[in-house]
Amino acid sequence: MFLVALKGLAGRKLRAVLTAVAIVLGVAMISGTYVLTDTIKAAFSTVFTTVYAKTDAVVTGKVAFGNNANSNNLPPSFSASLLGKVRNLPGVAAADGGIGDLAHLVGRDGKVISGHGAPALAFSVHSGGDQRFNPLTLVSGAWPVGAHEIDIDEHTASTAHYEVGQSIGVIARGPTTKYRIAGIVKIGGVSSLGGATMAIFDFPTAQRIFHKEGKLDSIDIAAANGTSPAQLVSEIKPLLPPTAEVRTAQGQAKQATKDTNGFLSIINDFLLAFGGVALFVGTFVIANTLGITIAQRTRELATLRTLGANRRQVLLSVLLEALVIGIVASITGLFLGLALAKGLNAVFVHFGLNLPQAGTVFKTRTIVVALVVGILVTLLAALRPAIRATRVPPISAVREGAVLPVSRFARFSAQAALLTIGGSVALMLVGLFVSGLSTTQRLLAIGVGAAAVFLGVAMLAKTLVPPLARVLGWPATEIGGAAGELARGNAMRNPQRTASTASALMIGLALVTLVSVLASGLKTTFSDAVNSIFRGDYALTATDNFSPISVASATALKNVPGANVVSGVRAGDGKAFGHRINVTAVSGDIAKVIVVKWQDGSQATPGALRNDGAFVSKDYAKKHHLSVGSPVAVEVPSGKRLHLVLRGIFAPPKGGSPYGDVTISTQRFDAEYQNPQNLYAFVDMAGGVTAANTAKLTKALGNFPDAKIATASQFKKNQESGIDTLLNLLYVLLSLSIVISLFGIVNTLVLTVFERTRELGMLRAIGMTRRQVRRMIRHESIVTALIGAALGIPVGVVLALMVGRAIKYPAFTIPVGTLVVFVIAAILAGLLAAILPARRAGKLNVLQALQYE
Amino acid sequence: MAVREESKDGVAVPANAAVEARDLVRRYGEGSTAVEALRGVDIDVRSGELVAVMGPSGSGKSTLMHILAGLDKPTSGTVKIAGTEITELDDSHLTRLRRKHIGFVFQFFNLLPMLDAEENVLLPLSIAGEKPDKAWLDELLGKMGLDKRRDHRPAELSGGEQQRVAIARSLVSKPTILFADEPTGNLDSKTGGEILDLIRDSVDTYGQTTVMVTHEPRAASTADRILFLADGEIVQELHEGSTAADVLAVMSSLR
Repeated sequence: MFLVALKGLAGRKLRAVLTAVAIVLGVAMISGTYVLTDTIKAAFSTVFTTVYAKTDAVVTGKVAFGNNANSNNLPPSFSASLLGKVRNLPGVAAADGGIGDLAHLVGRDGKVISGHGAPALAFSVHSGGDQRFNPLTLVSGAWPVGAHEIDIDEHTASTAHYEVGQSIGVIARGPTTKYRIAGIVKIGGVSSLGGATMAIFDFPTAQRIFHKEGKLDSIDIAAANGTSPAQLVSEIKPLLPPTAEVRTAQGQAKQATKDTNGFLSIINDFLLAFGGVALFVGTFVIANTLGITIAQRTRELATLRTLGANRRQVLLSVLLEALVIGIVASITGLFLGLALAKGLNAVFVHFGLNLPQAGTVFKTRTIVVALVVGILVTLLAALRPAIRATRVPPISAVREGAVLPVSRFARFSAQAALLTIGGSVALMLVGLFVSGLSTTQRLLAIGVGAAAVFLGVAMLAKTLVPPLARVLGWPATEIGGAAGELARGNAMRNPQRTASTASALMIGLALVTLVSVLASGLKTTFSDAVNSIFRGDYALTATDNFSPISVASATALKNVPGANVVSGVRAGDGKAFGHRINVTAVSGDIAKVIVVKWQDGSQATPGALRNDGAFVSKDYAKKHHLSVGSPVAVEVPSGKRLHLVLRGIFAPPKGGSPYGDVTISTQRFDAEYQNPQNLYAFVDMAGGVTAANTAKLTKALGNFPDAKIATASQFKKNQESGIDTLLNLLYVLLSLSIVISLFGIVNTLVLTVFERTRELGMLRAIGMTRRQVRRMIRHESIVTALIGAALGIPVGVVLALMVGRAIKYPAFTIPVGTLVVFVIAAILAGLLAAILPARRAGKLNVLQALQYE
Repeated sequence: MAVREESKDGVAVPANAAVEARDLVRRYGEGSTAVEALRGVDIDVRSGELVAVMGPSGSGKSTLMHILAGLDKPTSGTVKIAGTEITELDDSHLTRLRRKHIGFVFQFFNLLPMLDAEENVLLPLSIAGEKPDKAWLDELLGKMGLDKRRDHRPAELSGGEQQRVAIARSLVSKPTILFADEPTGNLDSKTGGEILDLIRDSVDTYGQTTVMVTHEPRAASTADRILFLADGEIVQELHEGSTAADVLAVMSSLR
């Protein structure tokens, strides 16, 4: 009996392969994700362990609240006098202090060398002294000595084509300064720390560049013989100022690893979600293919029943077939994942996220999860076809054209579908709007709800297929003539089959539509917001559009003739009412370039903040029950609490606020934050936007390659390009599930051609040409794809509406142009999917086809 | 359970009637559009007997066989196979009955294309989870002239060879009764004759009780007994020794 299943599978290789593709791709995504993140984690962990190899304890500045991977706030420096005290401790064999900060390197083209989102690190080394604590190793050249030398990392040197002895520009606190490259280094044995660029200076030079004379950012300590790292830490602790902390080297490495792992697990979950979507789409493809196969094997299954096979044996034989497909596909997917990990990394690099790689890490967990998930999903998808197979009555062995008895519930299918859709929408609404749920509960409700919506629509699709096919197939009848007419009829003649095939595509298209609608709304509102508040002529931003920029660049613009106003918005992290917040800071002249509505206060408020004033947004005030005069305590990274008084409440435009949660005065910000930076600055020029003004401003930025000047419309476009980048990344990841659904169409068509062999032979016999046969298959494919689009795009729009409402989305715009592109893409997809089946149909030998039984 | 005795060849043969059907009525549809395919048929098949069922198309012969074999249920009436009343059995009991007591030979052979000849023959045993008897298998394959065709797939066999595989398959589990549904219907006359000889031979050699539905007079003339069906009723019965011409005469009288 099981021999029948296995040999049957072997006899239908193409079918098995096409079915397996769905699982292979989904599993590859899962295994690829794990391999990628595990590899990156291992690389980071190796780096951190190597860096602290000869160190027993580390003193660092203490950030008041947990360090954020994206934060540009460096821990506070501490007095260099601590080093002497530490050295005097009995348990200390050696100790050395260092400086750590951020500094951009400038490429030969005069532009900042981008780390693709990775930081631009700066370190100090003790060039003439003891190198025992130095995490760096020289690849070539020497350690930097004196005020004019620098070492850079190997990765930057090779990608930006710099060699020892050449001169390189560096942006630290001020404008670009040139240094001579004395050496090229590796860190922790790797050439790049996640694409971060590294600038290494002699210790006194580093102190001077970063205005840290008499200060230190870290102390590396080696214990004396007989002193354990833990003892060392407890000896050091009493000496520390409140702004510093000490950890064992192991603890420090662990902490650093933990910080990066937190970030990586977000990436991991994000990618796994797309693997999940792909597998979900895969279940439709598998269920449909097996369903068709079962229908075509009716007589075979009935014969088995007459020979004494019971229902259980029939069920198990179908499941066995699925199990074999599942196992083979999962193993293939598992290994394909190794290749995909590289591909995913390339995608991330392309979209600006460069992560370190070492030897590929292939964990047992990856193998187990990938195989278990892949096999379970296949079995689950096979369950319904398998149950259908058990309903094949033995009499079908002798009766021609026997059809499966309809299920008792079949006539309620439309009602059941509507009920499913209703229930799942309700579940999503709970997840989206009911308060008091944890994030996990919320995501679970939304995720399960969305999956159920897709299932419900797929169930309903059977009812929708005939009318949809009639309408969407109309162009086919016009273009394709008789072939088109037949194609439309074929698409309608087994609605369940067409519905399942189209539903797989529906899911991918719905998700693509969802993100494009949300992104479009985001762009529109952002653009509206800029229009409503921006009264200046130019904006000064980082060249990458989002990094903070040095205050010096704004200062440089102030000296440009005709510059009436140059007003920056400082930004940094803070903590208020127990939560992390974004703190921004402005000076009075911001009112001349940025105009917001005030619920309480006026455009004069920013100029009246002085040392202890603050203003917040309407929503923030409401959330924390604040009114003008309320005290607001903000903790800054150094640990200090600023006791502020609320002076104003503004109403930000829908598309986003120019200010953070709490805004204070620039003078106070600069006093409290170690390295104050602007998020952006706005410029008002005499004469407005003119070519001459643009040239003057651009020239003034000559020494600040990390900053650029943009007009209002350029500024909008630049910010939107960030959204587009994310959007494109999502499209790439979602394309996987669309590819899987295409295989579903191919599969259905191949099986259909096989099933209609005799009919195709008859059509050929009465005069249909090969071309017409191929055209017929192509049109059927396109009609199916269009049904997928007709279902998916509205579902996507509705989902976007719901999600948009939940996150209080400011605007809802339907990107008609993009959606039209999706429809065209669906047609092309249909054409693509039809290539193989149409070829097979065209090749049929008329005589053999007619004799085919 | 029927009392069994061993024949000299070691084949189990039920002592009493293999099949007993009483007052079988099969009605399709309801109300004014109802069609009666069978209108009160009684039939007994003794063990070791080859019974042919004949009749023009639409006479109800196929329906009768489907009901006797438990593939279809009568609107009223009873069917006993090897003493067991089968019309009320559920699917799992019917399955067990099929394994033990019923063999099928189909018009279109119904071999599984992915299995070779020997695997097809052994399929009923492997489905029932029984060990094949090597000697019995060899004898069957030898008798059917399939010795050299054991590892050929159906697609590599001629129509006659395929039907011989099907007959071997139906005999492998030594069923109480074999139902043959137009076994020569898809074969040329020479090959059809060989198949009829094999069926006749299995009745004579192994005492294999067989019911054969056919519309070929020549096929019917090999039977021990021929039942003629017209409009859902048994209208005539011929006994052993009837020639094809006799059969033809009855058939033309029915038209």
